Amino acid sequence: MMKSRYLPLIATCLIFVLAYALCYWQFPNMLSTRVVGNLLTDNAFLGIAAVGMTFVILSGGIDLSIGSVIAFTGVFIAVVLKETSLHPLVVFGLVLVITAIFGGIMGAIIHYLEMPPFVVTLAGMFLARGIAFVISTDSVPVKHEFYTFLQDSFYRLPGGGRITVIGAAMLVVFFVGIIIAHRTRFGTNVFALGGGIPTSKLMGVPVAKTTIGIYAISGFLAGLAGITFSLYTSAGYSLAAVGVELDAIAAVVIGGALLTGGSGFIAGTLIGVLIMGLIQTYIIFDGTLSSWWTKIVIGILLFAFILMQKGLLLAASAQKK
Amino acid sequence: MNSLKRYAPQLTTLAIVLLLNYLVFPDFFKIEIANGKLYGTLIDVLNRGAPVALLCVGMTLVIATKGIDLSVGAVMAICGAVAASTVDSGGGVFMALSLALLAGLICGVWNGLLVSVLNIQPIIATLILMVAGRGIAQLITEGAILTFNDEGLIFVGSGSIFSIPMPILIWIAVGIIVTFIVRRTALGMLIESIGINQRASTFSGVNARVLLILVYMVSGLCAALAGTIAAADIRGADANNAGLWLELDAILAVVVGGTSLLGGRFTLIGSLIGAMIIQSINTGILLSGFPPEFNLIIKAAIIVIILVIQSPALQSKYIEYRDRREAEKPPADKENAS
Amino acid sequence: MNMDQPLLKATKIDKIFPGVVALDKVDFTLKAGEVHALLGENGAGKSTLIKCLTGAYHRDGGDILLNGETISPRDTLDAQGLGIGTVYQEVNLLGNLTVAENMMIGRQPKKWGMVQTKQMNRQTKEILNQYGLDIDVAQLLSTYSVAIQQIIAIARAVDLSGKVLILDEPTASLDAKEVQMLFGVIRKLKQKNIGIIFISHFLDQVFEISDTITVLRNGRLIESVTTVDISSIDLVTMMLGYELGEETKLKEHDGVERETLVEFCNFGHKQLIEPFYLAIGKGEVVGFAGLLGSGRTETAETLFGVTPHDSGSATFKNENINLSSPRAAIANGFGFCPEDRKTDGIIADLSVRENIILALQAQRGWANPLPKSEQDEICKKYIKALDIRPTDAEKPIRLLSGGNQQKVILARWLATNPEFLILDEPTRGIDVGAHAEIIRLIENLCEDGMSLLVISSELDELVAYSHRIIVVRDHEHIAELVGSEITTNNIVEAIAADLNVDNGQYELKGVIS
Repeated sequence: MMKSRYLPLIATCLIFVLAYALCYWQFPNMLSTRVVGNLLTDNAFLGIAAVGMTFVILSGGIDLSIGSVIAFTGVFIAVVLKETSLHPLVVFGLVLVITAIFGGIMGAIIHYLEMPPFVVTLAGMFLARGIAFVISTDSVPVKHEFYTFLQDSFYRLPGGGRITVIGAAMLVVFFVGIIIAHRTRFGTNVFALGGGIPTSKLMGVPVAKTTIGIYAISGFLAGLAGITFSLYTSAGYSLAAVGVELDAIAAVVIGGALLTGGSGFIAGTLIGVLIMGLIQTYIIFDGTLSSWWTKIVIGILLFAFILMQKGLLLAASAQKK
Repeated sequence: MNSLKRYAPQLTTLAIVLLLNYLVFPDFFKIEIANGKLYGTLIDVLNRGAPVALLCVGMTLVIATKGIDLSVGAVMAICGAVAASTVDSGGGVFMALSLALLAGLICGVWNGLLVSVLNIQPIIATLILMVAGRGIAQLITEGAILTFNDEGLIFVGSGSIFSIPMPILIWIAVGIIVTFIVRRTALGMLIESIGINQRASTFSGVNARVLLILVYMVSGLCAALAGTIAAADIRGADANNAGLWLELDAILAVVVGGTSLLGGRFTLIGSLIGAMIIQSINTGILLSGFPPEFNLIIKAAIIVIILVIQSPALQSKYIEYRDRREAEKPPADKENAS
Repeated sequence: MNMDQPLLKATKIDKIFPGVVALDKVDFTLKAGEVHALLGENGAGKSTLIKCLTGAYHRDGGDILLNGETISPRDTLDAQGLGIGTVYQEVNLLGNLTVAENMMIGRQPKKWGMVQTKQMNRQTKEILNQYGLDIDVAQLLSTYSVAIQQIIAIARAVDLSGKVLILDEPTASLDAKEVQMLFGVIRKLKQKNIGIIFISHFLDQVFEISDTITVLRNGRLIESVTTVDISSIDLVTMMLGYELGEETKLKEHDGVERETLVEFCNFGHKQLIEPFYLAIGKGEVVGFAGLLGSGRTETAETLFGVTPHDSGSATFKNENINLSSPRAAIANGFGFCPEDRKTDGIIADLSVRENIILALQAQRGWANPLPKSEQDEICKKYIKALDIRPTDAEKPIRLLSGGNQQKVILARWLATNPEFLILDEPTRGIDVGAHAEIIRLIENLCEDGMSLLVISSELDELVAYSHRIIVVRDHEHIAELVGSEITTNNIVEAIAADLNVDNGQYELKGVIS
């Protein structure tokens, strides 16, 4: 009973360890710093976006605009760097402000017009993707010495693995996310909204401020994920990152969060992202398996976690009666 | 007359969009027959709009029960793949169609069971298939675009009867049949009553559980047809791109058509008009020489406008405003009222 | 400051909703260190009065004085700031946060922007210790029982407001031991000079804990009395609102041996109603009397399969029947007009016609629709027979008045031609004219041979039409009145029986879950 709060997180960790053990058993090479480093780098943008999604889902909402915002960010950076002589850092700052405001506006619409987050962020998804299209339909390469510098900077692990800048950035974002979610008043308020908005209101939680803040964070992190993606691919393409929001939602749920809000862990999301990355890595190692198994396995995991959450809720209410 | 009035906003929107199309492209309404088949931009709109029109038939029923079906795009991919692989392994077109429909039906039952028996929120329940569905479709096509040459199946996508392209016939027929069924039987009313007040409906003996499974089954079947048409159209099943994001277009069409996302009263005809509005906009943007990039921005703008109109907060503010005005009327009125 | 000055004084509070006067010049006075019980049946105005005091509603007239100063709370948070805290029946805290977070949300101690969890937990523990609660405050609130959650909610409300504490049905889901724990807390708060408004429908609890009792009925103040000065019979009389001594039509035991239509043996539900035996004859009206929360609605919902029974069995015309769901009950010729029309009865956006035919149509199945002409005929018949207004069957039912909505729901069941109809508070919240019509209808139906089970808190009514009356209290059927025993006096005595009011030390003997 007492541990049921942590059960989904424990399950997630267990699945990860078991899956990794299985991979190691079959391909001993998979337990190397090289693979671990790549796991971090390859999933950096998804991880960062998923942190934002975790906040949104913890509050009982959903943000469908994440993938589009990543694409918009990539295109925006690429085009601005091509057309102007602004330093990438300045452009990064600019784009983060834009995406945070974009998210904040969605949050404001959700709160003040009492509209379902699903539909509002769906509009946001179309809008961001549309703007990305309008800026450029082509894949715009990014060539800047600062990019090369960032891409070439890494921390070498014993065994030849690399912690790249973007891999490290993801870890930092997760760390900060954990602090905000679990150690600040804002974080408690996020959980409170997920527990019930009318009750939160009665208890004096600043609902408007929190809602806007949550979606602004999600927008900001989607922007940061876009920067990461742009560093990862050295290009901006308006058709990129399609469906990342689905992967992010899956990572959050597999990470042990309740999709209806109010319960979950940022750290769980990290494991969720790593599990998804691990599946892909395994498929690459195997060589004979095809990539679509990723989706099917993720679907099965999703189903299993949703069922588990449902079961936990049932067990809890049965125990009380 | 009454029904015309009911669909006035949708029809007006459609008329405006068509008029704009005509203005940028004077040949818009020109229809000609070539190779025994109707050609023309208007026909193109009706033809291209078939998948969304089909999806929104099922989606309307699902939304009327206060649900949503996110998986229809993925189900399209699965069913397209099933149809393609059936003909490729020697099955005929009927076999292909039947198996595709069966696949759609199974998907629908799956969603329906999750929603009605396990009581999982529709958005979450259908998300599972949305994620896994494309994987399953790729499993069937083995990752490649599964092409086929079966004349029968191709006919479903690009053939014509009495010069009218098949997809148009199919979606109009499905629209009519489903409308007929839900309105001539009690299905429509029972679905609406669940969407408005499931508890009170159950108290009155309405079998909500079965009806919920049923609407998701219809949605699955519609997606199966849409998927088969989409595959037949390109003579191949593309598990990655078939029906991609069409669930969103379908939801949009339903909402544009005048059915509230909050469930209850629904209108299939409205949804179909909604689907045509969306397709006309798509085509119009193409014709106008406007870059197609603007398509999404316009869609976003439409959603925002419609949602703001439907927003419960604004509606209650309006009611408040109206009541206040009523209250400010001379007291004589009030006495009459009481 | 004058010691005798009341802590909270509300005078001539009015609250009007469209078509209903919810509060009509109600006075209410609360002294510091007093437990003041507020009593009344559903719709009496208790919760409306509370909502006016806490700012959830804006009163349409009257004054509220707190410590002699006029206040007009904008909302519950504002009222809390002024010193009026409220704890509701369903605990209004967040089960997914820890106890400490619930207690301190919005005012957590922090250092460099970070919540100092240890300090927060320590502070919470200190507060809860004052209430004799020694629990792990770092656990989620939902891991604790409702009673403990209730005390945490009280501790929070007192900590934030500190002058007036309103307890709205706090004991509804507590067992006897937990009630005593809660009363211990209330007594401690009394000593701290906090004024407590206690709303409950458990009269024994009211007699045990309260100093003063105020009774509301139909939005009007009936009386405020000190608890020691009133007998339980007088209290029930005030609440149910018939005049003592008023001559009521006595029904002679008609002596007719009715053939049994339905029979329930050992029928019950673990949490809701003790197993009971009930047999209802053809053409018989069985009335159910009891206070709110006594188990009367629970009985009806168990009979109808809304909350399927978990013990006993039922027979219909001597054959075993399945009552596991409303559908099953309807298939056996049952019908049920629920108490809460809005959430359980009407389908707001559907037309009157659709609402009338809903149950009949559901029974026939979707594939077998009623022809439109038949629908119109049914509607015409019942709109005329029940005098439903407006007569336009195509109007959405939400636009009708309460009484007419009630008639539509009745029509819904009559259209299915039930043999056994359950009516839960059929006359609540409807105007006097419709009232009389519905009573006449009940009598007509029973003359036509239909069996009815009617739940009502209007005793005069029950006496008028019932052949037999079952009295329900504490989730148990405690008495049965037949023939000439059926008088309002006897009912009230049965409800109030065994309530020892002389010394306020009544032993709790309730059977609550």
